[in-house]
Amino acid sequence: MTTDITRLSAAQLAERLAAREVSSVEATRAHLDRIAAVDGDVHAFLHVSDRALDVAADIDRRRAAREELGELAGVPLAVKDVLVTTDMPSTSGSKILEGYMSPYDATVVARSRAAGLVPLGKTNMDEFAMGSSTEHSAYGPTRNPWDLGRIPGGSGGGSAAAVAAFEAPLALGSDTGGSIRQPAHVTGTVGVKPTYGGVSRYGAIALASSLDQVGPVTRTVLDAGLLHDVIGGHDVHDATSLPDAWPSFAEAAREGARGDVLKGLRIGVVKELPDSGFQPGVAASFRESLARLEAQGAEIVEISAPHFEYAVAAYYLILPAEASSNLAKFDSVRFGMRLDVPGGTVEDVMSATRDAGFGPEVKRRIILGTYALSAGYYDAYYGSAQKVRTLIQRDFDQAFRSVDVVATPSAPTTAFRIGEKIDDPLSMYLNDLTTIPANLAGVPGISVPSGLAAEDGLPVGIQFLAPAREDARLYRVGAALEALLVDEWGGSLLDRAPDLTGNDVKGATR
Amino acid sequence: MSEITPDLVRHLGVLARIQLSDEEVTRLTGELDAIVDNIAKVSQVATPDVPATSHPIPMQNVFRPDEVTETLTTAQALQNAPDADGSRFRVTAILGEEQ
Amino acid sequence: MARAKLMDFDKALELFEPVIGLEVHVELNTRTKMFSPAANPAHADNHDAEPNTLVAPVDMGLPGSMPTVNAEAIRSSISLGLALGCSIAPSSRFARKNYFYPDLGKNYQISQYDEPIAFEGQVEVELSDGEIVTVPIERAHMEEDAGKLTHVGGATGRIQGAEYSLVDYNRAGVPLVEIVTKPIFGAEHRAPELAKAYLATIRDIAIALGISEARMERGNIRCDANVSLRPRGAERLGTRTETKNVNSMRSVERAVRYEIQRQAAILEAGGTITQETRHWHEDTGETSPGRPKSDADDYRYFPEPDLLPVEPSAELIDELRAALPEQPAERRRRLKAEWGFTDLEFQDVANGGLLAEVQATVAAGATPAAARKWWTGEITRVANVEGREPAELVTPENVAALQGLIDEGTLTDKLARQVLEGVIAGEGTPQQVVDARGLAVVSDDGALIAAIDEALASQPDVLEKIRDGKVQAAGAIIGAVMKAMKGQADAARVRELILTRAGAEGA
Ligand SMILES: [Mg+2]
Ligand SMILES: [Zn+2]
Repeated sequence: MTTDITRLSAAQLAERLAAREVSSVEATRAHLDRIAAVDGDVHAFLHVSDRALDVAADIDRRRAAREELGELAGVPLAVKDVLVTTDMPSTSGSKILEGYMSPYDATVVARSRAAGLVPLGKTNMDEFAMGSSTEHSAYGPTRNPWDLGRIPGGSGGGSAAAVAAFEAPLALGSDTGGSIRQPAHVTGTVGVKPTYGGVSRYGAIALASSLDQVGPVTRTVLDAGLLHDVIGGHDVHDATSLPDAWPSFAEAAREGARGDVLKGLRIGVVKELPDSGFQPGVAASFRESLARLEAQGAEIVEISAPHFEYAVAAYYLILPAEASSNLAKFDSVRFGMRLDVPGGTVEDVMSATRDAGFGPEVKRRIILGTYALSAGYYDAYYGSAQKVRTLIQRDFDQAFRSVDVVATPSAPTTAFRIGEKIDDPLSMYLNDLTTIPANLAGVPGISVPSGLAAEDGLPVGIQFLAPAREDARLYRVGAALEALLVDEWGGSLLDRAPDLTGNDVKGATR
Repeated sequence: MSEITPDLVRHLGVLARIQLSDEEVTRLTGELDAIVDNIAKVSQVATPDVPATSHPIPMQNVFRPDEVTETLTTAQALQNAPDADGSRFRVTAILGEEQ
Repeated sequence: MARAKLMDFDKALELFEPVIGLEVHVELNTRTKMFSPAANPAHADNHDAEPNTLVAPVDMGLPGSMPTVNAEAIRSSISLGLALGCSIAPSSRFARKNYFYPDLGKNYQISQYDEPIAFEGQVEVELSDGEIVTVPIERAHMEEDAGKLTHVGGATGRIQGAEYSLVDYNRAGVPLVEIVTKPIFGAEHRAPELAKAYLATIRDIAIALGISEARMERGNIRCDANVSLRPRGAERLGTRTETKNVNSMRSVERAVRYEIQRQAAILEAGGTITQETRHWHEDTGETSPGRPKSDADDYRYFPEPDLLPVEPSAELIDELRAALPEQPAERRRRLKAEWGFTDLEFQDVANGGLLAEVQATVAAGATPAAARKWWTGEITRVANVEGREPAELVTPENVAALQGLIDEGTLTDKLARQVLEGVIAGEGTPQQVVDARGLAVVSDDGALIAAIDEALASQPDVLEKIRDGKVQAAGAIIGAVMKAMKGQADAARVRELILTRAGAEGA
């Protein structure tokens, strides 16, 4: 019996690599084969590296030479296309950056390489990370491995789908308003948005600088902790990077999985997010998870966050405003697309290029953000939104006086059908209802699979939020719940996902 | 109702250097109007006594030592240039004036 | 372009009160840029770098790049703020100024908006007659410079009519401090002179602090001049124009004077002034209209989310305050005493904006008198002819070296002026010019005697007169000998030799 390498968690794979039961070349090839087999349908990748096997061979050589290697050395990694890479194009899902080659690596990519991870390719995303479905990618949508007619969430649908479809054990994502956690929710995977400043943003193509965070996208909480340990920590290239010394998040996850961290844990549930606001199967799964946690000694405490209802509005002012400025650099002068405008001035060329190079959602948000910052509107819109931010932070401060973590469903619904909301930006924006407050306040959040919705059999996630800098708490609680559920299910939720190759084989072996 | 008009959208397009077609202007006017109506509610709670937060985790005085590091080569700088003369980027005629 | 009608300056001042405001940009000479670790072209080591060789990702606005703040630029900015008598903000912040222009890599400039690092100061400025005027400072804020555009294909090298433009991002991100005055009232007919003297004072301060190369011809210091007029007795300010990039001290004086005369003529004829930016034309001495103020000036400022507030400690401010050089007025008193100049001599230097040059020349070994003579004399004369600044023409070290050659007898005053001409033309140091042009005084008596004998032989009547004791007749022979020696002889020595050769009684 040979184990299907792609079914292993990163932690399991890392163990076998370390024990030299599997080589990195074998592991990498297995994932490249899986990509070749299923990515035609899933379309998680925009680019597959032609150097992955060489990098893997180098790790194998170094391991053979008894070199000291990182815990994840030799494990393949999918990289969201929002992160710039020197050896693969970086497009952020936009036509305007088609073929763009960065002269430098994003810090998280550089750290991943230094840790011996093997970049497999770049994953699909909503253009410039604007969206919740990956339908706004200029390169076509990614499909949800649970149902190819449905969205994989967004903006990081490619990273979530790659991990859910066993095309990669680990992926990097970015989360501005839920782009790691909401895709995790709809694909049955794990996603973490770290404390703002916990992971360097250097080399992440900026959407909204005061909200963006890079984080891990994985199938298990432990894997997320392992990857977070690699990419996190202070970076001099990012002035907003926190100088803190961080504990090991992998260690926190291990502690959560084995110990009794739930005993006496106080979990806050937000009064202003009543079950009626969620799809019944989402609310039911959430309640079941809470009941399980309670059964293990956790205490469920109702808390009030009166300003959460203003979060989406504040977010859709701050994000477009910052994005309108961040995306001004795509002007056809130094890189990216340039349209030929016969006899045109540079202004004509810029305007025509930006019209042709940006998709409708990007243009919508740039125009909205330009408006929100305009003279005469600043105070009413951008200025007010920044005040709402203060109020939401105060809500969190208040809540964390009485609870250790806050729990919410990760998103209002399960995966919706491709095309269902594409023409209704407002209802699309409401997808981020539960994830946005964490970005506005800078606090960390994790989404962990909590089950399947009864009505459609699609995955549901539960989100935990912790005070700023207390990311470790999320790994402990997330791993504890995960251990309970996997135990109860007799395997991971993803074991129940359809096989994408047409062979109806389930489980870890074939 | 908010004050989004086609003329305003067109002006925003000029500020943002996006050459919007008439059709785009019409569509964006309607969409923005609905969005702005929705997000304008932030002003309900943004009272003068509430300070603004522009950065989620308060920090200050983050400085870099005055030492030269990590400079691009000219080849790297020009690597993605749509047009260049070998050492500088080339753009078509500039309307207007030096700032 | 039709020439604008100008009103006689004195008449303009009779009818209107001029109000001026000055915005001066000072490029800091830190090793690296304001927001990137690339080498700073405004630092002495990096002049004349090839295009796009001093760039980091953020200077070009590359995707994913982020700014980081140069600690030294913060110190320089605080020092400059303190020297301008400003308060240093306990908390100041960077903001983005959004506008599209090809020389701006990110299409926004990181600047400071409503929270500048320094605010509310004043500077004492000395006018040509020694009167001291206090110029009120509104603020000084930190920002980054833009890249450099070269316009190709037009007849003039200017932007109008160019076929295409080339962009070099070396200058993008150079640290700037922008100093903005409050409106300056009451300068009256001395408004143009005050503008010039103010600029000279800012330059002196920057040099004294050592925070800038402060070379105006290199663009290390640049000035925008705001001018408005209001009718005598009126309360409300008139509409102002902003003349951009007036980049020499004499130009700012001329530009302010020109705008006063131009605006007065329009107002007197019942016209209105358009609020606009204007361009200064060094060649014609005129300003021409640029872009009127419009909606396009909506810069959509907002706090820079990639950077954090600057909150200097009281200890840092105290440390920088303690290290401040003396105030300009104090410095003038000290220099005047040190150099032993009369009032007139000193004003000559000060009004020419040449204090720093004379000081540096003295430091390089010349006497104060010699340094003053060169800078206020021949160098200023050439500068006026060429329409440039004296400091652009020659370095203080070369002036001191030139004087040294005179003192050791290698050059006469007249030869030295020729050597100076060579130095200005870029032929090298004075010694190099002397060598290359063969300009040293001929001190070989043999050559002189040969020339003298020849001249005496060809003018026997003069020889006769000299022998008869009419010594002044020797002048004709000196002339002929100097001509034969191409001026490279010491006239006094030649005279001595003539008298000897002629066997004159007095010899
Ligand atoms: Mg200005
Ligand atoms: Zn400025």
